[in-house]
Amino acid sequence: MNERHPMDELLRKDRIPHIWCSGCGLGTCLAAFITAVRESGIPLEKLCVVSGIGCTGRVAGYLNIDSFHTTHGRAIPFAAGLHLANPSLKVVVFSGDGDLIAIGGNHFIHSARRNLDITVICVNNFNYGMTGGQGGPTTPIGSRTTTTPYGNFESPFSIPYLAAASGAPYVARWTALDTRRMTKSMGEALHKRGFSVVEIISPCPTLFGRLNRQGTGLDMLKSYQANSVIQHGADPSKVGIEKDGKIVVGKFVDIERPTFLDLVKERLGSKFKMHWEKVECDPALVPAADE
Amino acid sequence: MESESGVLTGEHFLGGNEACAEGAIAAGCRFFAGYPITPSTEVAEHLAERLPEVGGIFIQMEDEIASMNAILGASWGGMKTMTATSGPGFSLMMENLGLGIMTETPCVLVNVQRGGPSTGLPTLVGQGDMMQARWGSHGPYEIIAVCPSSPQEFFDYTIKAFNLSEQWRVPVLVMADEVVGHMTEKVTIPEPNSIKLTQRRTPKVPPEKYLPYKPDADLVPQMAIAGNSYRMHITGLTHDIKGYPVINEEAQAALVERLVQKIRKNKQKIVEYELEKCEGADVIVCSYGISARTALLPIERARQEGIKVGLIKLIVVWPFPDELIDELAGKVKGFVVPEINFGQISLEVERCAHGKAKVIQVPHAGGGIHDPEKVLEAIRRAAA
Amino acid sequence: MKEASTAEKPKYWRTPLDAGKLKMPRGKIHIIKDRCKGCSFCVEYCPRDVLELSTEFNPKGYHFPLAAHEEACVNCKLCEMLCPEFAIFSEELETEEEEVGK
Repeated sequence: MNERHPMDELLRKDRIPHIWCSGCGLGTCLAAFITAVRESGIPLEKLCVVSGIGCTGRVAGYLNIDSFHTTHGRAIPFAAGLHLANPSLKVVVFSGDGDLIAIGGNHFIHSARRNLDITVICVNNFNYGMTGGQGGPTTPIGSRTTTTPYGNFESPFSIPYLAAASGAPYVARWTALDTRRMTKSMGEALHKRGFSVVEIISPCPTLFGRLNRQGTGLDMLKSYQANSVIQHGADPSKVGIEKDGKIVVGKFVDIERPTFLDLVKERLGSKFKMHWEKVECDPALVPAADE
Repeated sequence: MESESGVLTGEHFLGGNEACAEGAIAAGCRFFAGYPITPSTEVAEHLAERLPEVGGIFIQMEDEIASMNAILGASWGGMKTMTATSGPGFSLMMENLGLGIMTETPCVLVNVQRGGPSTGLPTLVGQGDMMQARWGSHGPYEIIAVCPSSPQEFFDYTIKAFNLSEQWRVPVLVMADEVVGHMTEKVTIPEPNSIKLTQRRTPKVPPEKYLPYKPDADLVPQMAIAGNSYRMHITGLTHDIKGYPVINEEAQAALVERLVQKIRKNKQKIVEYELEKCEGADVIVCSYGISARTALLPIERARQEGIKVGLIKLIVVWPFPDELIDELAGKVKGFVVPEINFGQISLEVERCAHGKAKVIQVPHAGGGIHDPEKVLEAIRRAAA
Repeated sequence: MKEASTAEKPKYWRTPLDAGKLKMPRGKIHIIKDRCKGCSFCVEYCPRDVLELSTEFNPKGYHFPLAAHEEACVNCKLCEMLCPEFAIFSEELETEEEEVGK
C-alpha cells in the first residue's frame, strides 16, 4: 500500500520504517513532536533538530528538516553554536537520557544556567538502549541493566530537578502514553523563550523492559498509566522515580527568565549592534511565549 | 571576496595571540567559542572585546569539548568560526575535530603549544603536538595545519587557515607555540580590500535537487547552511551523498576515500613553505614555528664556517611536502630538524628522504627555545 | 472476538437539548500494513474498540491491525498519535447529520 500518512511531509519517507523496536516509544515521541511543530506555526525552514548518539539520537535522521546527528553528549553545545550564529533559527535538541545527562551533563547544566533559547526534548528509557541496555544516569536503584547485573546501586538523577536547579525556565515531564499532553508541552516548550526541557518517559521493551521483566512495550505503557500521577507545579526536587514507583508527570516549571541573548543585548546593546540584527532575522518568526 | 569592516589597518605592536585574534576578524570570523587555557587565553580575551565591536559573538563555553562543538554548530549556522586552546584542551577537542572532518565543516582551531605531556609547562613553549595535529582524532583522515613563527605570521596564517578551511571544507589547525603567542612585535595589518578571502561554496541547485555530500570535480561538496530550506541531514556516521547514514563497507569506501583524497589530490594547492638558499646546499635545516626562527642564528654561524646551509620553513605542515623533501634528499648530505619535542616532524623528513640523506633531529623537551650551539653542532654533523 | 462496546446508540441520563442536532464524527481508518511492527498500542487504546490484530502477517512478520468495527470510529486520532510507526491514521468521513440520542 502506498498510502501517504499525514505526517509523511515531515518525515524522510525513504527511511521509514525506522530502526526502533516494536513497542519502543520513540516513534510516538517523534509523532507528538511532528504534531507539535505543525500546530506551532514555526516555519519548517527555520526549524533545526540536533541530536546526539543513541536510539533517541536517531530522531534527527528521520525528520525532513535541517537536522544534525552529532557526537555523544554534544548535541547541546552544537545546538548552542547553531542558535547563536543565527538566532532566527528554532533549534531543538532531541536526545536520550544517557546522551544528555551523563556524558552531556555538563553541557546540559551550563546551557540551562545560561538560559540559551533552545528546546530540549529528553527521552528517558532508563538505560543506554542503542549499545545493548547498560545502566545510565537515570536508572532507578535496584533496576537490572547489563552493567548493573546485581541491580543498580547508584542514585539516579531526576531530570526535572537537575533542569530546574540549573535554571531552566520550563520543565515538564510526560510518559509516551500521554500523547496529547506531551504534544501540548512540546508546543509550549517550542514557544517558550529560554532553555525549555521536556522529559518523556518511554518504554524500552527490548532491553530495560526485558531485563526488568516489565513485559512488552504495551505492558510498560499500561504500567505508566497505572503509576503516573499528574501534578502540575510539583516541586521538582520531589519527582524522582523509583523502581516500580510513582511517576509524577506534568508541567513543573514555567517561569520567565531573560535568555542569554537578552542579557547580551542588555549589556552590549547600547554600545554595539547585535549580530543577529545583521543576520536575516524576522522577529515574527521567533514566536512569543504567550502565542 | 573582500574582508568586512573591523580590520585594524595600520602598523601595530601586537602580541602574537592578539595578532591571531585580529587575523581572525580580518578573515571574517564572527563567532568564537573557547575555554581559557594558558598560553592561548589572550586570543579569547581579545576576541571577547573585539567581536561585539564587529557584530560578532563571543561565548566562553564550559569546556573545550563544548567549544569545539559550538564552533561546528555555528559554522552550520553560516558564520566563520574559531576556537583557541593549548595541549590539554587540544586533546579534549580531538573527538569532535573528527566530527568536523567527517561532516566537512569549515572552522579554525588554534593550538598555542606548551610544554607537555599532561599539565606540563603551562606558561612555557613546546611543539609536542605536531603529530597529534595529524593523527589525534580517530579513524583515517587528512587534515591541514599551518605554523606561524612570528606575530605577523600568526596574523597572516590565521587568515590563510580560514581560507583553506572554507575552500576545502575541513577544520584547519593553526599550530602556534607559546613563544610566538606571547612575543610582541610589529604587525602590519593591510587594507581590507587587499586581503583575499575565500568563502565556502554554496549550493548551485535548488533545495529539491540538493545532495549535501555530492562532490564537485575537486572532491569538495557544495555547502548549504541551516535555515535556507535545504532540509539536509548531517551526521557523523558514515553517510551517502544524501547525508543519510549507511553502515556498510561500500559507503565507507566511497566517503572516507573521498575525504582523504580531497586533501591528497589537491595537495599542490595547499602545501606551502619558504625556501632559503636550498640551491646547492649540503645541509638543509627543516623546521617550523619558533624553531624555524631560532635556527636562523646557527645557520648564519654555520655559513660563516663555510657550510652551505639552506632552510625550509614549513608554513603548511600538514599535508607534509613529501615531494619537496624527497627531491632535496637526493641533492644534500643531510637534513637537520630542530623542534621542541623528541622527534615528530623529523620522522616525516626521514620518511620522505627515503634514506638518501641523513636526518639529524635536534630534540628539546620543552620549556625553552633551542640552544644555538646544539643546532650548529647538528648542522656540522650533517655536513660531515 | 471483541464486540465494539459502543456500537449501540448512546444512552443519556437526560437527553441533551440539542440531541437532535448533534453530529457524531465518523472516521475512516487507513492502515499502512508494511510499516506496522505489531506493538498493539492502537488496538489497546482505541476508545471505541474499533481495531483488532489481524491473523495475517506483513512482510516483516508482524500482525498488523484491522479496522474490525470501523463504524464505531469517531476520528479521535488517538491511534494516529500513539502509533510509533506512522502506520495508521484516520480521516474524517463526511456524514449526514444524524439524530443522536432520540
